[in-house]
Amino acid sequence: MIFDLLGVPPQALLGQLLLGLINGSFYALLSLGLALIFGMLNIINFAHGALYMMGAFVSWMLLTYLGIPFWPSLILAPLIVALFGMALERTMLSKLYHLDHLYGLLLTFGLALIIEGAFRTMYGVSGRVYPIPEILRGGTNLGFMFLPNYRAFVVVVALFVCLGVWFFIERTRIGSYLRAGTENPELLQAFGINVPRMITLTYGLGVGLAALTGVLAAPIYQVHPLMGFHMIIVVFAVVVIGGLGSMLGAIVTGLLLGVVEGFTRVFYPEASATVVFIIMAIVLLLRPQGLFGKR
Amino acid sequence: MTLEASESERPGAHPADSAPVELSVQDLHAYYGESHVLHGMSFDVPRGEVVTLLGRNGAGKTTCLKCIMGLLRQRKGSIRFSGTELIGMQPHRIARLGLGFCPEERGIYASMTAEENLLLPPKIQEGGMSVEEIYRLFPNLKERAKSQGTKLSGGEQQMLAIGRILRTGAKTLLLDEPTEGLAPVIVRQIGDIIKRLRASGYTIVLVEQNFQFASTVADRHYIVEDGKVMEMIPNADLHANMDKLREYLAV
Ligand SMILES: Nc1ncnc2c1ncn2[C@@H]1O[C@H](COP(=O)(O)OP(=O)(O)O)[C@@H](O)[C@H]1O
Ligand SMILES: [Mg+2]
Repeated sequence: MIFDLLGVPPQALLGQLLLGLINGSFYALLSLGLALIFGMLNIINFAHGALYMMGAFVSWMLLTYLGIPFWPSLILAPLIVALFGMALERTMLSKLYHLDHLYGLLLTFGLALIIEGAFRTMYGVSGRVYPIPEILRGGTNLGFMFLPNYRAFVVVVALFVCLGVWFFIERTRIGSYLRAGTENPELLQAFGINVPRMITLTYGLGVGLAALTGVLAAPIYQVHPLMGFHMIIVVFAVVVIGGLGSMLGAIVTGLLLGVVEGFTRVFYPEASATVVFIIMAIVLLLRPQGLFGKR
Repeated sequence: MTLEASESERPGAHPADSAPVELSVQDLHAYYGESHVLHGMSFDVPRGEVVTLLGRNGAGKTTCLKCIMGLLRQRKGSIRFSGTELIGMQPHRIARLGLGFCPEERGIYASMTAEENLLLPPKIQEGGMSVEEIYRLFPNLKERAKSQGTKLSGGEQQMLAIGRILRTGAKTLLLDEPTEGLAPVIVRQIGDIIKRLRASGYTIVLVEQNFQFASTVADRHYIVEDGKVMEMIPNADLHANMDKLREYLAV
């Protein structure tokens, strides 16, 4: 009714809302990984977008070259990319922890360029299609709208994974080491925790989340060497808005901004690409530590 | 193992006592970047004793504890703990040999409740205290269990920092100025705890500037100045050495 007043058919609105939720769940997964990594490694992981792209590509390669379908890929591809990420951490990132944030940022930025460059050299700039898995094709008619099954699946999986990671960090013993390691890693290590190994695993977890997002995104967007580049710019804005270092902040802000973007696409399409950055500017002016940030 | 034990019981090394040496620091040098802070520190901690490192601000007491725990990498010399050389070992491996560390700044985690702080350090050996026993030792902590760790008073935070390492099974404790800035009642309470821990077999290295307090709990005192141990004073001889002590500790 209120939508009719505004001259927007509810069908279009709900469609955009769903698309917004999907983007939002991708933002949430990616910024959650970034927040995890920042907390433990003190590094802003600029390679996050490239690793997201790698997730999509590895999944596509598994299917194309080895015939491994979507379901095993959902586990396998993030695992492979996480191992790759942990190797990067051991051999390169770990050498920078005693230096300023800036060095980590520069290194991961360089790594992002190299990874994306390598894929562009191998696969060119044209996108590749990843078919939606059989049982998730088609959609469900909800009466007021048509709900594509795969998209609904993506939102549900993303929410479950976000909640799972949050539970793991807030409610488990290993999670308590993670929180303590974020605050005072030196003392934690003096209690007998192998902090260097924990840092490597945390990077693996953050990278794995990025790659999982890529696997989920592959059937929706095309698999493309630069898909992470477009995504990561928005995700960094999300992280700035939510405030780095808060898990819950990352999840909520990610979802919220996806939805806001969706609504903007309905009511004022011209601004849909920039609305996140406008919000970022406002948040930076009024609350520089971010919506969920402390200090 | 037997070799280490026999070495530490070398006749003449510790004429005054027969307990084996639990922790032995020999000719320890430590550096923060370019600056050389410990200049050949040496001392022994017999098993089951409370030993203090007494010295002025900046003498190198905290640095020494950090070297033992491996938190300061730039260290040379020898640190042997129940026969194992700690120099070159990573902090988490050192801790798991049975050392509990209570830092000068207490290190209570702000993102956790008092109880979460208490439960944080992993068990490293059998024989640690249960949470109930720790609450019996520090009744205040039970009342504040659900409060944010850093919202506790200074005294409560200190008790939390000590209680936290009693659960782990560590039998040798390094306590860095546990009475610093606390009210006399609380200082007395902490003194009682240290005496009780000693009675139940703990070995304790206590860093202090307050020698009045130190004299009530310790078996022996090592006087630290400019990154060296200047003197060892058995607690029984403390009063005879009062003038010397005042000189060492005077600001
Ligand atoms: N992080 C540091 N970097 C450089 N110098 C330090 C650092 N910490 C302590 N020092 C220096 O090392 C010396 C010993 O300090 P410390 O071990 O803290 O003394 P104490 O605990 O006996 O008061 C002092 O001169 C102090 O200035
Ligand atoms: Mg000190």
